[in-house]
Amino acid sequence: MSALGEARPQPASAGRSLGSIRRSFAPWADPAEVPLIEFARVSKRFGSFAAVSELDLAIYRREFHALLGPSGCGKSTLLRMLAGFEEPTSGEVRLDGQTLNGIPPHKRPVNMMFQSYALFPHMSVEKNVEFGLKQDGMARSERSERVAEMLKLVKLEPFRNRKPAQLSGGQQQRVALARSLAKRPKVLLLDEPLGALDKKLREETQFELMDLQQSLGLTFLIVTHDQEEAMTMADRISVMREGRIAQVGTPETVYEAPASRYVAEFVGGVNILSGTVAERRGDRVRLAVPGGIVEADVPAVSGLRPGSPAVFAVRPEKLRIARQAPADPGVNAFRGEVWDIAYLGDMTLFNARLPGGEILKAATVNAARASAEPLGYEEEVWLTFAPDAGVVLPE
Amino acid sequence: MSAESADATDATGGGAARPAPEPAGPERIADSASFRRLVVGLPFVWLVLLFLVPFLLVLKISLSTLALGQPPYEPVFPLAEIASFGERLRELSLDNYLFLTDDPLYLDSLISSLVTAGVSTALALLVAYPFALGLARAPERIRPLLLVLTILPFWTSFLIRVYAWMGILRNEGFLNQLLLRLGLIDQPLVILNTNAAVLIGIVYSYLPFMVLPIYASLERQDPRLLEAAADLGSPPARAFWQVTFPLSLPGVLAGCLLVFIPAVGEFVIPDLLGGSETLMIGKTLWNEFFINRDWPVASAVAVVLLVLLVGPILLLQRARGSAGAGSL
Repeated sequence: MSALGEARPQPASAGRSLGSIRRSFAPWADPAEVPLIEFARVSKRFGSFAAVSELDLAIYRREFHALLGPSGCGKSTLLRMLAGFEEPTSGEVRLDGQTLNGIPPHKRPVNMMFQSYALFPHMSVEKNVEFGLKQDGMARSERSERVAEMLKLVKLEPFRNRKPAQLSGGQQQRVALARSLAKRPKVLLLDEPLGALDKKLREETQFELMDLQQSLGLTFLIVTHDQEEAMTMADRISVMREGRIAQVGTPETVYEAPASRYVAEFVGGVNILSGTVAERRGDRVRLAVPGGIVEADVPAVSGLRPGSPAVFAVRPEKLRIARQAPADPGVNAFRGEVWDIAYLGDMTLFNARLPGGEILKAATVNAARASAEPLGYEEEVWLTFAPDAGVVLPE
Repeated sequence: MSAESADATDATGGGAARPAPEPAGPERIADSASFRRLVVGLPFVWLVLLFLVPFLLVLKISLSTLALGQPPYEPVFPLAEIASFGERLRELSLDNYLFLTDDPLYLDSLISSLVTAGVSTALALLVAYPFALGLARAPERIRPLLLVLTILPFWTSFLIRVYAWMGILRNEGFLNQLLLRLGLIDQPLVILNTNAAVLIGIVYSYLPFMVLPIYASLERQDPRLLEAAADLGSPPARAFWQVTFPLSLPGVLAGCLLVFIPAVGEFVIPDLLGGSETLMIGKTLWNEFFINRDWPVASAVAVVLLVLLVGPILLLQRARGSAGAGSL
């Protein structure tokens, strides 16, 4: 919830803030940039089930990329095709310009951190981390140096001789991370890496992963179904649906300018007002929706014609909720009564019921500790928003 | 319920053999306490009556002297002579045990038994491991069927199956017929009544005892571990030795002991499939009891064998403990 419209918290430990580095990081906008990972018209079928369909995706060096979607949307299959555990039915997976098709997992320069961690239970922490280095025939002295470095990185030096079963969930997660980073892979694949941690530890670990990715200069590809996690960590998010990518973009783009109703509804809370286009004037469009008129800014190129069905999607925190009627109650203003109130601490969510029965969600930030006249249940309220508060999407 | 449990605890007989009384403490619900006593008591009674008492009888006979008569030993404790207990105690002798060390037959047959059991355990492991691996990696759909097929032979009498092997291994038997037909041999192979036949018989008979614990330990393994090994650069064959095999060791140990322990004392298989050269402690024991009718020496052999096998059995218990409950 706290991710809604809130400034992204910065880790206190790093000397330079991540934001300053990341703000200028946008290789996907540079046509000269060559992607590190490419999925080219990749499909994967299991029997008659299409897990991934004709998918194209390019991921760039040093990018932190998140594959976001509900379970069964094909995000894990995509990750496993990159790791080599699944072969695409058709299409090509490329890394650094070279095809990965047909290359077995043990010969691919990518490493994976498993959801269940998949630590070797018969080996100590140290041996687990060393495992990948041993396979490459690295010299013993170099190996122990790298293991020590990795254990220091994840702060597990005192536990080097423990078996995985003797560690807490958070410590096991760190071993898994150290093990997958030890070989300095070109890409680190993370399959729901924080799913087993409790909320507080998960949030801490998210920032640690971001710091780590920045300081090691690696490319991370993470699979998650948690939109908040994806938005916190990723440079770009691929929102997936039924084996296809619904939208690729920065967290801001995906949240503020969703490409479809599906993306708008999957990422964060949203109010959907469906209606028909009443009037189009340049980049301003008027929608007739139940309970009122919506006037919204749209890009001039979008093909909305009068009479065509469309939806207006607006985030709850973009709605103003007040007792007073606005100056122009005819446009972008809806009258309703307070139906539900959820006090979340940092903000309060209101569900307002319109005369037609539709529910609009509005969120207010609790900037002051107490309000003189808080809104109560069944009070009559006005919900208003600016023309640029939401997006108009084809139905 | 309480009446039954009282019977059960009474039936344990001799005071020494009674289960330890429950630790003193606040009175618990009578029903659950008596139920617990029943649950612990019944197997206990079973063990005392069918294992401890016979063993004590054998131990007593092993300390007696040989006599020609019925029974063929001098009873040391005629029950009528409780009065002269101390005197009788002095008549117990370790002569039978000393005799075992005099005649090399016993040591030889013991060593030969251990070798035979060891070799057949190793062979069974070689056959069973790929078998168990195949079972564990088979599609989940057909696994129950394969497991049933593995233990299906147990539904036929063990003796009949050993006799069937006699038919297969005979000079004019099925195996030789087949090999002759295929032109692989000119002369029938002499297998029956050799040590080779004994090994084949033991490996065949005890194979499921090796397969099942190994299967259990393999089936429990997380397939992601092999993916992790591959991901970290280990090709499949190496990953087997680095991950799969070490993690299956508790199952391997349990299987080896489950085959080795009964194989040491095996009597039927060497008797039916082995020849005159086959020297096994079980057979020697049988000969001592029923051919020589020297029950005291035979009992001494039995006691020594039991003591020697207690070690591996304790090992088995530990292996099972570390493999976790339900491995077999």
